[in-house]
Amino acid sequence: MPVPLLEMVGITKTFGTVTANDDVSLTLYPGDILGLLGENGAGKTTLMNVLFGVYTSDAGLIRINGQQVRIRSSADALRHGVGMVHQHFHLVPCHTVLENLMVGQKGRGGRLDRKTVLDALSEIKERFGLFVEPHALVSDLTIGEQQRLEIIKALIRGAKVLILDEPTSTLTPQETEGLFEALRAMSSEGMGVIFISHKLQEVRAITNKVVIMRRGKVTATLDDIENVSRHRLAELMCGHEIVPPVKDPVTPGEVLLSFRNVSTGGTARSRLKDVSFELREGEILGIAGVSGNGQRELAEIISGMLSPSSGTMEIKGQEVGRISPRYVQSLGVGRIPEDRMEIGLITALPLKDNMVLPRIHDPRFSRKGILKPRAILDFVTRQMKVFDIRAPGPEVRTGTLSGGNLQKALLARELAWDPLVLLADQPTRGLDVAAAQFVHQKFLELRKSGRAVLLISEDLEELFTLSDRIAVMYEGRINGMMPIEEATVQKVGLLMAGMEAAA
Amino acid sequence: MTFRLEPREHTPVWLNALLPLLAVFATLVICSGLIKLAGASVFSAYAILFKSALNSRFNLVETAVKATPLILTGLAVVVAFRAKFWNIGAEGQLLAGAMAAAYLGALKSFPGWSLIPLMIVGGALAGAIWAAIPAILKTRYKVDDVVTTLLLNFVIYYGMMALLNGPWKDPLSGYPDSPDILPAAEFPILLKATRLHLGVVVAVVATLLIWFLVRRTTLGFSITAVGENPKASSYAGMSVSKVIFLAAAISGGLAGLAGVGEVGGLHFQVMAGISPGYGYTGIVIAMLARLNPLGVIPSAVFFAIIITGAEAMSRATGVPVFLADVIQGTALVTMLIALLFNQYRLRFKRVSHE
Amino acid sequence: MNEILSQIFQIGFFAALIRIATPLIFGTIGELFTERAGVLNLGIEGIMMLAAMTGFSTTYFTHSLWLGILAAMVTGVLAGLLMGLLTVSLGLSQHVSGIGITLLCSGLSFFFYRLIFGQPSSLPKIKPFEVVPVPLLSKIPIIGPIVFDQFALVYIALIIVPVSAWILYSTPWGLNLRTVGENPRAAFSAGVSVTAYRYQGLAIAGALAGLAGAFLSMAQYDAYTFGVISGRGWVCIALIVFGQWDPWKSAAGAFLFAFIDALQLRLQASGVIHVPYQVFLMMPFVFTIIGMALVSRNARVPAALLKPFRKEER
Repeated sequence: MPVPLLEMVGITKTFGTVTANDDVSLTLYPGDILGLLGENGAGKTTLMNVLFGVYTSDAGLIRINGQQVRIRSSADALRHGVGMVHQHFHLVPCHTVLENLMVGQKGRGGRLDRKTVLDALSEIKERFGLFVEPHALVSDLTIGEQQRLEIIKALIRGAKVLILDEPTSTLTPQETEGLFEALRAMSSEGMGVIFISHKLQEVRAITNKVVIMRRGKVTATLDDIENVSRHRLAELMCGHEIVPPVKDPVTPGEVLLSFRNVSTGGTARSRLKDVSFELREGEILGIAGVSGNGQRELAEIISGMLSPSSGTMEIKGQEVGRISPRYVQSLGVGRIPEDRMEIGLITALPLKDNMVLPRIHDPRFSRKGILKPRAILDFVTRQMKVFDIRAPGPEVRTGTLSGGNLQKALLARELAWDPLVLLADQPTRGLDVAAAQFVHQKFLELRKSGRAVLLISEDLEELFTLSDRIAVMYEGRINGMMPIEEATVQKVGLLMAGMEAAA
Repeated sequence: MTFRLEPREHTPVWLNALLPLLAVFATLVICSGLIKLAGASVFSAYAILFKSALNSRFNLVETAVKATPLILTGLAVVVAFRAKFWNIGAEGQLLAGAMAAAYLGALKSFPGWSLIPLMIVGGALAGAIWAAIPAILKTRYKVDDVVTTLLLNFVIYYGMMALLNGPWKDPLSGYPDSPDILPAAEFPILLKATRLHLGVVVAVVATLLIWFLVRRTTLGFSITAVGENPKASSYAGMSVSKVIFLAAAISGGLAGLAGVGEVGGLHFQVMAGISPGYGYTGIVIAMLARLNPLGVIPSAVFFAIIITGAEAMSRATGVPVFLADVIQGTALVTMLIALLFNQYRLRFKRVSHE
Repeated sequence: MNEILSQIFQIGFFAALIRIATPLIFGTIGELFTERAGVLNLGIEGIMMLAAMTGFSTTYFTHSLWLGILAAMVTGVLAGLLMGLLTVSLGLSQHVSGIGITLLCSGLSFFFYRLIFGQPSSLPKIKPFEVVPVPLLSKIPIIGPIVFDQFALVYIALIIVPVSAWILYSTPWGLNLRTVGENPRAAFSAGVSVTAYRYQGLAIAGALAGLAGAFLSMAQYDAYTFGVISGRGWVCIALIVFGQWDPWKSAAGAFLFAFIDALQLRLQASGVIHVPYQVFLMMPFVFTIIGMALVSRNARVPAALLKPFRKEER
């Protein structure tokens, strides 16, 4: 047996009362591509942040090439050959690619050393087939290119162990394949890769061993996942079998939301160009696409945050003239925004205030500018009970709640007004299985009761389970729309990458 | 053993009350070093400071008179800071109010009874307008509010001095003082043979109104929401610009009232030293009150004691009177640190490495 | 009119302009280093005040001007580190902390000045910096007497602009500092200590603000007065906005401000316009606000300015 490249032994890390990692161990040999599997909140990212020096573990030790090391900062991690590509890229958009690569690097004679970095860049292109134009601004790069830049950044610093946190969540299936090729090249050079994911298929495709985590603990370490059934893997991840939600047959009714030739301003890639679609009663329309291809603009129009530069939006046959959040809400739009912590909720305020935030001017909660504290409290207490929001009370500081409870609070707030159309943008991102199931259940209930849901998601599995139709966005257009029966991952993937729909 | 800060779900009520007291205590301890440095006894210096502000009916009244503008500037900062409109310009808005009051209070063409209400409304309006300038610059042109409110303090100060040395200059004495307001415009005195004037009532009523605004109205709700997260507030349908503008105008109005009180109740004219930094002290007061309107009164009274008491202490012990300024600065810093424990708890923890 | 203009725009006017710009350049360039690292230091006004006092007092008793300069800079660094403790280590509001530092430092400067000098009948004075003509260069017609016949500190200010631009844009340290101010996570994950860079930025800002204060009480004037700074610190912060966080443009802003200030001084002195002199004093502040309003919409603010960085944030 060769010396392991990396060993993590007995890592424990707590945040307040939450134990994110409980006595976790894993071993990585040269050439290994290790899949770190688990649901959201299982502790995968925490474990890797301990390895990369973002968090300091409460207990446990790390060995690299058999030597015990202390990693207290990312500088330590890099020195020991550990590099990490975070889910949210750590890049400076207004700097060039080259500047982003030179951060933290030594200079030459007191000056920035461009040459060494450029040389290293072309070497990495040779070895792994990874390249990004060095003089481009990062803000001009696509998501795929930015990810490549992050990987190059780690390689240039001499990473022998590369951690990738959910690297495929924003890539098209085809881009993902390109990434895998580079990873295989690294593996063949004796590097180690840790691949964090909750997507079983991808993990099967690229890794040679798997560590599965659940609730902060390792539930299994498997060397030959080929022979482990999908069933069994899911069970190890979730502790129980996942029952896909039941989708009752519903006949779509009249049109609730329609876009007619809508275009907007914005960046060349993301601005909407002549978008038209209809959403009917009892329907869930899924919007697929690599992020930054117009989904945000679409969501903003429906939320009342952005007016189209041309074209119209209609809600239940009525043209929405002056678009504003209060107006679209009054017409029956419910809104679950993409970023619940920054846009949906005000984390510094009590939960109570957040539950009435967008409806504070409603006669139910205020009269002539004077609040009705009693009515507000009653409403909040009731909704907390109905939606099973686990919080110490209505006065709790919102930011201290878990992601699942925050999303429940948002649902409780929006569904209280019985919306005709619910806009849900990445509604289960970062949620654990139980919370995600709760959310999905609510969407299906809405559908059944003759309401409509517009579901924007980067999670293809979610889209395929819930949607009645799937529309794919590419560069601000709807590049294809099909009933769920005709949709395949391959087909949607091609449309996401901008290919014309093959008839 | 290491320690770390962990977010709190709730802040216990007792802690809310305790934190400012702790901050004040820490401030007094820190500043005792300066008293020692000045060669005085710490205890007797502080004893003189507090006693001289509280030990007689006259001194108590003087402290209350001193607290009046401080309550109003404190409230001004509370409203602005809740919206994260960084109004460092209460000083200038106070001067705007004072000038308006001095002008209106000297108008002979108006019936006498109308002068006081006119001064109050006009002074508040002047302060509001002066605060509206940086608010518009912020919302319309994205100009940083801290810098503009600060710079506008200098603009209006020099403007006032120009008036005092120009049109308002006393033609006989040549002093840079504005003409006295009419007797009918002078604020009624509440306690005979003292200087306790109507302004105290104005300040207390304003406190209650601002409390109601913050806790019980949709505008107060929106001000807090916009201050904490403008993006989420605008997503919730609030007009962020409008809310910031209103918060700024209310804030400026309150600071303007502080100036009205000084002219109508105390000096009956405008002169160079009409505000020894009440606007800046308002920031310290508001922070010590944790931006809670009701907390402004005790907080303002405390600094009124410090400011009035410091003079007696200085006369008796030779410690420079500017100790009061140092105490203000120190209190702001210690309170800021204390607020950390409002949101976080300190947790000690054994770490077992290796 | 022409007569007034030719009376105003003499060599002396431009030499004065450069002198007026000097403390602004120190303050602005210093503040630039902390803002590019993501920390707004509103303490600068108070730091300048306190440093003007410590520098002056040190020179008053030691008769050494450079020892006074050193004291002023040390004062600034210490105040900057205190600001760092509040905003970097504890992550407190940069706005309120900065105002706290200003109130504290100005209070301390009044307190200690009174403690040291009491209330004397005549203003305590020092023998201030003298003009040091640069050999040969000062003999160049027009340019010579304007640029090369100045205080030593003026030359330092003129050199500091290109040097700081070079440091910010061409050295690894500068790139790291800028990255810390744009995306501290990116810096941290590249092995750069966000805390260390922010403290360094604050220390530099403090030292240069100290130098600015000392210039005013030890070169421009020969005494310390309570009004010695009178808003120049705030102006420096405005100049950075005006200069779009760039050393060259900010320095250009400093010269523009100095131009207006020098102009108002001349107009005051000329006595041709009969208004109280305070109207002239007001002018530079009004123009600063207008200048900010003109450029702020397209401001290139460092993305992480005002945002505390906590390594373990979840």
